[in-house]
Amino acid sequence: MLTKRLIPCLDVKDGRVVKGVRFEELRDAGDPVEAATFYDHEGADELCFLDITASHENRSTIIDVVERTAACVFMPVTVGGGVRTLEDIRRLLNAGADKVSINTAAVERPEFVREAARRFGTQCIVVAIDAKRESQPVKWQVYTHGGRKPTGLDVVQWAKRMEEYGAGELLVTSMDEDGRQCGYDLELTAAVSEAVSIPVIASGGVGTLEHLYEGFTKGKADAVLAASIFHFRKFTIPQAKAFLKDRGIPMRWDGRMAA
Amino acid sequence: MIAIIDYGMGNLRSVHKACEVVGHRAVVTRDRRVIDEASHVVLPGVGAFGDCMANLERYGLMEPILRAIRLGKPFLGICLGLQVLFTESEEFGPCKGLDVVAGRVRRFSAGPTIKVPHIGWNQVHFQKPCPLFEGIADGADWYFVHSYFVDPLDEGVVASRTTHGIPFVSSIWKDNLVACQFHPEKSQTVGLRLIKNFGAWDG
Repeated sequence: MLTKRLIPCLDVKDGRVVKGVRFEELRDAGDPVEAATFYDHEGADELCFLDITASHENRSTIIDVVERTAACVFMPVTVGGGVRTLEDIRRLLNAGADKVSINTAAVERPEFVREAARRFGTQCIVVAIDAKRESQPVKWQVYTHGGRKPTGLDVVQWAKRMEEYGAGELLVTSMDEDGRQCGYDLELTAAVSEAVSIPVIASGGVGTLEHLYEGFTKGKADAVLAASIFHFRKFTIPQAKAFLKDRGIPMRWDGRMAA
Repeated sequence: MIAIIDYGMGNLRSVHKACEVVGHRAVVTRDRRVIDEASHVVLPGVGAFGDCMANLERYGLMEPILRAIRLGKPFLGICLGLQVLFTESEEFGPCKGLDVVAGRVRRFSAGPTIKVPHIGWNQVHFQKPCPLFEGIADGADWYFVHSYFVDPLDEGVVASRTTHGIPFVSSIWKDNLVACQFHPEKSQTVGLRLIKNFGAWDG
């Protein structure tokens, strides 16, 4: 049966990993390709690069990162951050990315998702949704621009619409929980997962291995995105997988991996 | 020399790099002469069946593909490159394939716990001893990303099965032709081994 996925996410700015990764083993902890290779060896199921470069006018630095990564890492790579045109997607896929993640551009022009899915295939298109709890009138509202700009959209309705337009997967981030390390917003993730037939990736709030477990169970996520807990070596990927396997979550276990 | 067919769809760079990393010379091409002269041919692909067939037609690639298979050249189809070998697909209405392998391409039905597309790592169970599986554990996890699967008429071509709600055929082997639904170029260790085996195979 299909296993659940652990996806480390690296924020990349001007071609360097930011917010520090504390891998003593790396010569250059700021080099995204080294970090990607490290995660590859640890048994990550996929990798995500988020390009947080201020201006996305010149994308050559992230393109270079993707090309160099594709030359030595043979697992799926998703790239997000400032993806706004079909040309952006084409360049990233040609450079070696398998999927692209679209967030603000989808809200600004939903048709873009339909066009992208039609041109490149739904399996290449991840729609990223940032959401915050509201009291009225909707339960969770979709935000863009890094969680700063409210859209007036209800997250479940938006998720269903994006599925209909051709998203292959949804990446759902709780802006309330992100960075707090107190766990995912499980209700949010489950609400989206139950509303759509496409896979859902949970993001935002992981602090313990138990949170990962909850994300897959109560949260009904098919995959989880995690940054800090792995970057700062709070846990390693093999530790996380061993923990989850013990609790009955189907995980990919590569014979090379040491627990 | 491995010719990786470029018809404008798919992550060609990863396939190319994977071949090189395991020590095989490879070239990404849509030039029929290069394909005709290659010792091995790979047909990769991600996207829609109909678009693939249209592009193969547009670039005049159907003939070199069929010729390579007919001449007994070791041929590897990946993902969409497996599906277009079949008779027809139900994607976006019935669409004709290359009809090298009799059978249809069908869509998964989503369910409460079955998400479509089928995305992620899933176990591949060998049904017969295909040379490309040598040195690889039976039941290992490989990376899949697809909404459609192949349904061959002849059981004899089935090389492996995988389960996503239902059991489905995850790879086929017929003489010099091997084609897989999973992505060897995205399946880390096991994938690289398959590509290494492919380059060393004489069909």
